[in-house]
Amino acid sequence: MTNGRTTVLGAVRRSLGRSDADSDAAMAAAKARIAAHPRGLLPERSRCDPIAQLDLFQAQVEAVDATVVRLSALAEVPQAVADYLKSHNLPGDLRMAPAAELQALPWTTAAPMLTVTTGKAEPQDVSSLTAAFAGIAETGTLMLHSGPEGPTTLNFLPENHIVVLKSSQVVGAYEEAWERLREARADEGLPRTVNLVTGPSRTGDIEQTIQLGAHGPKRLHILLIEDAG
Amino acid sequence: MSETAPKVGESGPRVALFVTCLVDFFRPTVGFAAIKLLEQAGCTVEVPSAQTCCGQPAYNSGDRADTLAIARQVIATFEEYDYVVVPSGSCAGMLRKHYPTLFKDDPALGPRAAALGARTYELISFLVDILKVEQIDGAFRGVVTYHDSCSGLRELKVKEQPRALLRSLTGLRLTELQEPEVCCGFGGTFCVKYPEISNQMVETKAEDIENSGADLLLAGDVGCLLNMAGKLKRRGAKTQTRHVAEVLAGMTDGPAIGESRE
Amino acid sequence: MQATSRSFKDNAHQALNDEQLRRALDNMKEGFIAKRAKAAAKLPEFDALRDQARDIKDHTLENLDAYLELYAEKVESVGGTVHWCPTADDARKAVVDICQAVGAKTVTKGKSMIAEELALNEHLEANGLIPIETDLGEYIIQLRNEPPSHIIAPAIHLNKEQVASDFRAAHVDLPADRQLEEPQQLVGEARAVLRQKYLDADVGITGANFLIAETGTSIIVTNEGNGDLTQSLPKVHIVVASIEKIVPSLEDASAILRVLARSATGQEFSTYTTFSTGPKRSDDPDGPEQYHVILLDNGRSRMLGSEFQDMLRCIRCGACMNHCPVYHSVGGHAYGWVYPGPMGAVLTPSLIGVDEAGHLPNASTFCGRCEAVCPMRIPLPKMMRHWREQEFQKHLSPTAVRLGLGAWTFVARRPSLYHFTTGLKARVLSMIAGKRGRLAKVPLASGWTSHRDLPAPEGRTFMDLWAKQRRTAQRPGQETV
Repeated sequence: MTNGRTTVLGAVRRSLGRSDADSDAAMAAAKARIAAHPRGLLPERSRCDPIAQLDLFQAQVEAVDATVVRLSALAEVPQAVADYLKSHNLPGDLRMAPAAELQALPWTTAAPMLTVTTGKAEPQDVSSLTAAFAGIAETGTLMLHSGPEGPTTLNFLPENHIVVLKSSQVVGAYEEAWERLREARADEGLPRTVNLVTGPSRTGDIEQTIQLGAHGPKRLHILLIEDAG
Repeated sequence: MSETAPKVGESGPRVALFVTCLVDFFRPTVGFAAIKLLEQAGCTVEVPSAQTCCGQPAYNSGDRADTLAIARQVIATFEEYDYVVVPSGSCAGMLRKHYPTLFKDDPALGPRAAALGARTYELISFLVDILKVEQIDGAFRGVVTYHDSCSGLRELKVKEQPRALLRSLTGLRLTELQEPEVCCGFGGTFCVKYPEISNQMVETKAEDIENSGADLLLAGDVGCLLNMAGKLKRRGAKTQTRHVAEVLAGMTDGPAIGESRE
Repeated sequence: MQATSRSFKDNAHQALNDEQLRRALDNMKEGFIAKRAKAAAKLPEFDALRDQARDIKDHTLENLDAYLELYAEKVESVGGTVHWCPTADDARKAVVDICQAVGAKTVTKGKSMIAEELALNEHLEANGLIPIETDLGEYIIQLRNEPPSHIIAPAIHLNKEQVASDFRAAHVDLPADRQLEEPQQLVGEARAVLRQKYLDADVGITGANFLIAETGTSIIVTNEGNGDLTQSLPKVHIVVASIEKIVPSLEDASAILRVLARSATGQEFSTYTTFSTGPKRSDDPDGPEQYHVILLDNGRSRMLGSEFQDMLRCIRCGACMNHCPVYHSVGGHAYGWVYPGPMGAVLTPSLIGVDEAGHLPNASTFCGRCEAVCPMRIPLPKMMRHWREQEFQKHLSPTAVRLGLGAWTFVARRPSLYHFTTGLKARVLSMIAGKRGRLAKVPLASGWTSHRDLPAPEGRTFMDLWAKQRRTAQRPGQETV
């Protein structure tokens, strides 16, 4: 393995015509760029006030065949989930991410018809509920990440994926979401998995006709809690 | 070396016409049409007699040494003029875009190639962009369509200029192809190296042309025109084919490209 | 895979006579091309973002040694393993070793062009492992035992009827009378069949669209979600990626991602963009226990510092082939190896040799549409021309071509001889054509005349007529032309 590393790096350096001093300079340049991680051009559409940003987020989500309902408080989530499952004639079984915020909700009182279990996804699960880390308005994209409170399989195995997102979590551009994640993680580095999700699963592999629900969820439903200003 | 055209635009720029080998050989009318359009716009046109080919056949076949030899000759022949004007996007692109690159590491020829390139233009874009010709006093009765030849379109940004001048002709109606910007399959030596693929491409193009309902197909490059005209004739299509300069110069009395001479 | 690029002309001949393929390729115009144009038009900054994407990659390539080292350190610091592989053989061996170390039987795979380049499926099978492609298009062509015909739409050469018949042949446990007419039914069947495969697999292999030096992260971009199931359910995740996939930071990755999907499918963003960093953490409820990166060179380092370095900017969006009239004519299989279209015409000779793949850079009209849409602004025609120059220098181009060019140049460099011979030939051809004005057959030009007429020259050459006109003008009173 060491041998492979030496061979590959040696070949790269030869082609780049490197001397030892050049290699040091390249390393310095690379480290400087990583430390600064400068943002490039951000699309104008992502540069708007929070209210317009929420509208853009919702419009972009809907443009990719996902759905959004706006709620005024987290406490409304159980009822909204129950309504959504009912409206699609789905069973009342819900696999929920083991997130403290979701577990603290009044499930038994507000949605007694639901059977809520927590944990990673199991093959028989039909619907899941997870909490997003951020929403990115420019393309209607959710940022979700793995961790004790966020099993990745919940984002992909069940046919119906419901996501809780707070309006205070919505940003304009990808870079702003990364900055928030860096701050939240401090020195931990990235979680094992960060999923940027834009609409439900789809494929165009058969005659370029778009079909939803290729392998991941057929439906993506976002509960947008308006918690900011 | 060169000879001076009839003095129409005595005070205008001194323009050398690069005829191109295909216009010279197949379609001299295009050369005369170009001279007429340039003179109408006030230019003094000269046709250097030492000109032959721009070197594209060698260049696109990977023969760099011969390309450079031909290019040197072209630079020497044309560099004394205010402008070099070419009734072909492909050959104009060769002088304007590729010569400077070819000689970029040559301290002697590099600056000369760059200077020549900067003064070289495709005919119609020269009329519109440099001479600011906005309309042509003339007429053409019929429905025409326009194919955007690749080099002119992508290397030299020739797109709206021919359309604007065509629309200024009385009686002319311009109809667009479904895919005016897709290659016709000529590609210089490509059409003889890969004849079956070239055929598929020009077949697709011919269908598009026939479906447009135009009486006349125009473009700015004789290579593409020969290819498309040859295919249209083989298919028995009614559509005729000409270089855009012929129509703009009102020189459409002779047979169109590949038409019988009755 | 065994390259058949030498037989490009025969491959093309077959493809051109395949009615079914023609119909499938026709779908591309309304699909990819129209959608890309719409997506580009919706983002005013699109062209500026392309410039920026090019600059990011150029910077990275110029400092690739440093970024590779930093990337590998980071992967290892989060518990992943980097396998540096100079050659395809090294990479194949590394993958099999990992699989065997965990006693794997079945391996699920997300779509990866590097895996195609390694012919990884064949190699896994030869070592007793069962690879299962999970991308729908890849799954279909695996059933057919075909290579992909497109880098992002591997089964674009097929129609739904062919897929239905493949599914009937492969899924023999399902009721024979089931409906398989509509794409939705086919997608549903694949979903159900593959679901169990994900759960059973011991190892999941994915490619990577990018590797991030800052964080030691690999990125996959998919629409189906198959790559995510592939890499999150089995206990081992192997990433196969080539060295030029590196970008410095999350910001740089985001910047290039903005042009990727728009160029590829015309989506503003693909459905799933997944950032994977190391194996699962101790308190993660799911995810793989091992994370390996196969970091492949296989000829890329040779392209650095050469006239083909710009090709290493390629992000495999497929826009060049989507817009290529030659690709539209012959489809992807004709190119005879893993990478078709304009990007393949440049990359394939770099990876398997220009003597093997010499047709590919020649089979282009240099129409430039590929370069015009390339999100990374790769000058594809220019690099195809570089390959032609290398062929010419190595005397690989056909003798007839060389002789013809030599003769042409000889004459072109002697204006008087040139004007004399062209003048003569034009008159002869014009005479033969006579009143018909065109020729249906010309000796030595059957490539032209077997498919189209040759319009005849008008008669005398321009230079001939011009000289005569000049002489007449100097003797006033005489008729011109």
